[in-house]
Amino acid sequence: MKPLIAVLFAAASAAVFAQSPGAIALRGARVVTVSGPVLEKGTVLLRKGLIEAVGENIDLPKDAWVIEAQGVTVYPGLIDALSTVGLPETPAPAPPARTPAAPAFGPQGPVEPLEQGPQFRPFTTTWVRAADLLNPADSRIEAARSAGFTSAAAFPANGIFAGEGAFLNLSGQKQGRMVVASPIGQYATLATHGFGTYPGSLMGVIAYIRQVSLDAGHYQLAVQAYASHPAGRQRPNYDRAVEGLLESPRLLLPADSAVQIDRMLRFAAELKRPAVLYGGHAAYEIADQVAKSGVPLLIDLKWPERAKDADPDQPESMRTLELRDRAPSTPAALEKAGARFAFYSGGTAAKDIRKALKRAVDAGLSQAAAVRALTLSAAEIYGVADRVGSIEPGKIANLVAVKGSLFDEKAKIEYVFIDGVKYEPVPEAPPGERGEHTEPGGLE
Amino acid sequence: MKRTVAEAFACRGEVRFAELSILFLLALPLFAGPATVIQNATILTITKGTFHGSILIRDGKIVEAGEKVLTPEGARVIDASGQYVMPGIIDCHSHIAADSINEGAVAVSSMVGIEDVLNSEDPDIYRALAGGVTTANILHGSANPIGGKCMVLKMRWGKDVPGMIFEGAPPGIKFALGENVKRAGSPGGGFGATPGLRYPATRMGVEDVIREAFLRARAYQKEWRDYQAQVDRHESAVPPRRDLQLEPLVEVLEGKRYVHAHCYRADEILMLLRVADDFGFQIRTLQHVLEGYKVAKEIAAHGTGASTFSDWWAYKAEAYEAIPYNAAMMVRAGVLVSVNSDSAELMRHLNTEAAKAMKYGGLNETEALSLVTINPAKQMGIDRRVGSIEPGKDADLAIFDKHPLSNYAKVTKVFIDGDLYFDRDKDLEERPGKALRKKALEDKLKAQEKKEKKKPEQPEKRGEDPGGPQ
Repeated sequence: MKPLIAVLFAAASAAVFAQSPGAIALRGARVVTVSGPVLEKGTVLLRKGLIEAVGENIDLPKDAWVIEAQGVTVYPGLIDALSTVGLPETPAPAPPARTPAAPAFGPQGPVEPLEQGPQFRPFTTTWVRAADLLNPADSRIEAARSAGFTSAAAFPANGIFAGEGAFLNLSGQKQGRMVVASPIGQYATLATHGFGTYPGSLMGVIAYIRQVSLDAGHYQLAVQAYASHPAGRQRPNYDRAVEGLLESPRLLLPADSAVQIDRMLRFAAELKRPAVLYGGHAAYEIADQVAKSGVPLLIDLKWPERAKDADPDQPESMRTLELRDRAPSTPAALEKAGARFAFYSGGTAAKDIRKALKRAVDAGLSQAAAVRALTLSAAEIYGVADRVGSIEPGKIANLVAVKGSLFDEKAKIEYVFIDGVKYEPVPEAPPGERGEHTEPGGLE
Repeated sequence: MKRTVAEAFACRGEVRFAELSILFLLALPLFAGPATVIQNATILTITKGTFHGSILIRDGKIVEAGEKVLTPEGARVIDASGQYVMPGIIDCHSHIAADSINEGAVAVSSMVGIEDVLNSEDPDIYRALAGGVTTANILHGSANPIGGKCMVLKMRWGKDVPGMIFEGAPPGIKFALGENVKRAGSPGGGFGATPGLRYPATRMGVEDVIREAFLRARAYQKEWRDYQAQVDRHESAVPPRRDLQLEPLVEVLEGKRYVHAHCYRADEILMLLRVADDFGFQIRTLQHVLEGYKVAKEIAAHGTGASTFSDWWAYKAEAYEAIPYNAAMMVRAGVLVSVNSDSAELMRHLNTEAAKAMKYGGLNETEALSLVTINPAKQMGIDRRVGSIEPGKDADLAIFDKHPLSNYAKVTKVFIDGDLYFDRDKDLEERPGKALRKKALEDKLKAQEKKEKKKPEQPEKRGEDPGGPQ
């Protein structure tokens, strides 16, 4: 029986890894494992999409294809901790139709409770899953990969409750192959959609999120009670809006200024749901509070800058100027305070990521913490650190190899491995032209 | 009549602060911190007369105020010779320090609250301080008949949001009547008008919305009471769904949340008082209440306070029948009256707003200053803590260089909880340095921007270097 299974498995993996060898060894590289010490002359052995071994003196199996990697630094594949990569650009959902029975208090008819049930959940698509929307042909996948990203936490982004994210490997392979974990969280915004539709204000959105969260708790209770003794009980209504929230292991909330971060930390504590904040530029002001809260922060690598069309005669407030000056010092402040944080590309083009990262390092962030924020910390925040984020035996073979150091802007990214498959970066093409790329699995 | 109203207000406060006061008395000898003494000032206590003397502050509280106060050893002494000390000004109607004000898309927005959107970095807080204001009632806007929950703040500039909140102040909610509210239901109604039109469009509709909301609140209250009864009988039951819109209205019905109602016309004022009577709750204050002088007796009889403008009117049809005698006439009729700002600018000179009630209506100095100190404190249920200079109260004090009822008076120092939050001399002194720091930062960022812009051209420029001719 056993040999048969082995044969079947081999056949299956051959199908997935067409033309790939049994094992690949990166030899003689500087290996930044993140979870352990840096190996100055290390070898990483990959097999069947996983890391089989890593060390300075490991015996290479006979079937291993060896890549000599002297002068190359190998890091765990970079993770973009918040992204829409691979997801279609969908228009914002239309505001709910204003029916006489809906938000207004119509003098006629029975009094309807407001905002209850899916039909009264404005700008809410909690049930939409990034994993289901995935488009492996999205050109941004290739661009991200070329910048050293092997994974991304991708979330639908429209509405107040936008939907459930997925942790993706950026292989551009089949949808199902790209998903490492799903759902990994619920993406919420505090966006308002005009004065005429509830919620039409920031406080309205916050109150709405609070109500949906409470409804989710109540729904859970009611459904459980009904399931245990259905006979003689009123049946609770199915509500996909709260179902979507309940199956999301964490709630992502936006917060950029110190006031917003403080506000969302208190809000998250009140909701009693695991939360992650994104934005975080002014966290340098309250790094200790962030650390104490234990709530992780996703920091937007698109550092604030003066708007291109800003009126040069319009004076800016000291607060605005300070934020622009000091935002890149936020990661250093968080490192010092012992807060949990990871990076996301935000509006930064994939090729400018290292430049943005350098500003954080210039502002005092240690290189080790910078690498960790782009790898293991992001994996930990999304609960996938048992699979990705560091170079350890058993983890998914996601790696990035840089000629020199990741922190040298000019150092070339040689190749990345995703699920043990090697990809070479696309050369930077002039606008309009698309560069050719190495097909997955190809080894020169 | 006036006494009865005042007593009614005082009694409510007493219950809330009884515990706090006891705690304070117990804590005093244990945690006696450094003392501050303000000396040689004219002290306008509001409730205990005016005299020349000193105030002893310790642990954020006023310990003693009198003509002869012993200065403890090591006390910080502030010489206020020729100056005037009054209780920190209290504004019963403000919209500063919040990132959103109106949730106008629904007629009943009691699910929203100012607490969720407070912004402790709003510079209007500091500007209010510079006008002697130490406490303000931050209200939801007037877009709908039943608005959002409000929040009482102390102007503790530099503190975070939780640090600004007036701890223990009774919760409140904003109601609104009249034009602003019904405008959203009128075709082409201007500000706040919604494309789909929102009920109500008339004053009749406003009353209906409020009544219907409270009928729903009663039903919701009953739902929870029934559930509680089931629990008490040890029956298994699923608790009702929490409804954040109706919860604050149940609190109003149970007297646990104050209603601050924006209104103008006499007829709608009487309407609201009738609705409140029917449902058995009290309107804590009528806000604006520009026609209050017409129905002052009725307002007083309900034990309802009035918070009005000194002389701001005619900005819309319902604000035409206003007179500057309004505050004084209501005071004489036995109404508990305050003068508010509703404006970040007006907020900076509420002392002179109060003074206008002396010219129009002949209030005396203490009565006028009460309009912006002890009276709003009573209206907000915080008079056990603030609103006058009395031993045991919070050391929230404003020092003016001249009599605060004078047009020429300027605030020199403001204390909250005994801490100095505004110092005019220090502010003026720091301005040049701040301007320099800002200029330096601007230059630094401009230089950075320039450098960023230049970068792409670098290769060409390198070619032009003298060291590398073509």
